[in-house]
Amino acid sequence: MSGASGDGGQASRNEGPVLSVEEVTARLGGRTVLDEVSFQIGAGDFTGLIGSNGAGKTTLFRVILGMQPLSHGRVLVEGRARSRRNPLIGYVPQKFLLDPDMPLRARDLVALGIDAHRFGIARPSRARRERAEEMLAAVDALEFADTRVGLLSGGEQQRALIAHALVGRPRLLLADEPLANLDLRSADEVVALLARIAREQSISVFISAHEINPLLPVMDRVVYLAAGRAVSGRAQDVVRSDVLSRLYGHHVDVLHVHGRVIVVAGAGQDLGGHELRFPDAETHEVDA
Amino acid sequence: MSHFLAPVFETGFFDSDAVRTAVIVGAVVALLSGGLGVFTVMRRQSFAAEALGDVDTTGGSGAFLVGAGPLWGFLASGVLAAGAMELVGIQRTRGRDLATGIVLAAALGLAALFLYFDTTVHDTTGAAQTVLFGSIFTITGSTIPLVAVLAFVVVAIMLVIHRPLLLSTVSPEIATARGVPVRLLGVAYLLALAFAVALCALTIGSILSTALLVGPAAAALRVSKRPGRAILAAALLGAASMWLGIVLAYDSYYWPPKGTGWPVSFFVVTIVFVIYLLSGVPGWRERRRARGGRG
Repeated sequence: MSGASGDGGQASRNEGPVLSVEEVTARLGGRTVLDEVSFQIGAGDFTGLIGSNGAGKTTLFRVILGMQPLSHGRVLVEGRARSRRNPLIGYVPQKFLLDPDMPLRARDLVALGIDAHRFGIARPSRARRERAEEMLAAVDALEFADTRVGLLSGGEQQRALIAHALVGRPRLLLADEPLANLDLRSADEVVALLARIAREQSISVFISAHEINPLLPVMDRVVYLAAGRAVSGRAQDVVRSDVLSRLYGHHVDVLHVHGRVIVVAGAGQDLGGHELRFPDAETHEVDA
Repeated sequence: MSHFLAPVFETGFFDSDAVRTAVIVGAVVALLSGGLGVFTVMRRQSFAAEALGDVDTTGGSGAFLVGAGPLWGFLASGVLAAGAMELVGIQRTRGRDLATGIVLAAALGLAALFLYFDTTVHDTTGAAQTVLFGSIFTITGSTIPLVAVLAFVVVAIMLVIHRPLLLSTVSPEIATARGVPVRLLGVAYLLALAFAVALCALTIGSILSTALLVGPAAAALRVSKRPGRAILAAALLGAASMWLGIVLAYDSYYWPPKGTGWPVSFFVVTIVFVIYLLSGVPGWRERRRARGGRG
């Protein structure tokens, strides 16, 4: 089992990366969605997966979860080959919608994270209840713990889903576009929460987004995905005109405006309506 | 005791074997279909349940033709239909509703033919009534073992799969990521649903079977916000509707028109409908606020 025991339990395992994606190529219906993608995520890292719609973000998550076959390459989670039903990974899927009538409180959703994949009858136990309660507290969800999930706001649902994903004590949390459809304040709250979890519980957080700016204040590293290919590194090393131009295969400008960075394609080029903002404007060496 | 209840239970209610059988079979069927129905509603498969009921009409009326009990017919056609649904993917109705509608119409057309032969060639009067609207007071002793087996299988399936089924109902993506065999669970659930619909068809008729399955569950989902309690509430509401329906049907022998009782299924379905309407009252404000307050 994982060494992280409860909140603040600093797992002292710095032996290697939590996630290692090595030269991964994946095809969907004959189309190459991921092309020789390689990167690593260390323990407690907060990593953003940035790319426009269709860049292959969800496919990459499905690859890591063992739900998508590989044409080439390998994926290691804590040094071992990826597998289905991997308790080391917590997953928050994209687009989560529940009926308001669904009889499921936030508390029940979190409890489902403990053992709902098992068959047979669950014995209600104090330990289960307390573990769910602990996670609800960790994501500041106690105030709406007894509300039906379908009645919660988008931000509240995301927090409940994050607690659901973390309740099994994973080492890596994958969150697929958790900021989509959230207002700015809720998005910032979710990002701050994920950053706190990464820091305090030493859980590696890997979060996909089509907009980079909500992640910039907390992101340790970025994996930038375009047309199936990826560059990774520190944000200031990746979000640069020369690096992104090479990735996209045509000229891309990275503009610094009022302390933000905006990525613009040349005339006639299409970034898929994609725009990035990036606050600190120094440039560094690319270590890719 | 019976003195106080005399205005409710007409004379002979507790002495009749038919009534005793009806009360027991009715309770078993209503309890399990109520509970199962919570999943039907959560998974938005009420249409699948309705389709199973329609196809059961064909099976039930066909059973009369070959001289078998209607439950065997409901069961055989229900299981066949469930298999076909799984193959075609009826659960994802969008885009397939037209084809499904045409197939169901064809099945009911076949039922019309079977029922016609039942009444003309075989002279099985009441076949239509029995198949379409149930026959809880005329369940024969030989049917009871089959009812017991079906009920046991439904309960066993649900006890085994209810946790991963709930997870895959809440989010198929999360369930798949956690290694839950989502598709297989869907098949097991659909089989349990086919059994439950067959049992409902036996008690209140093939074309009304959905009422017992979905009605109490829909009401329970409105008043309960926890999955376990919703299942319990739906089972109890279903059983209560069934029992009250049986009592009223028995009493109705003494109502006009003289000498003939009103059908049980009428009472059960009406009671279920009223319960559903009433269940909307407590949560009405909460839902209105939620709808107004959040986008």
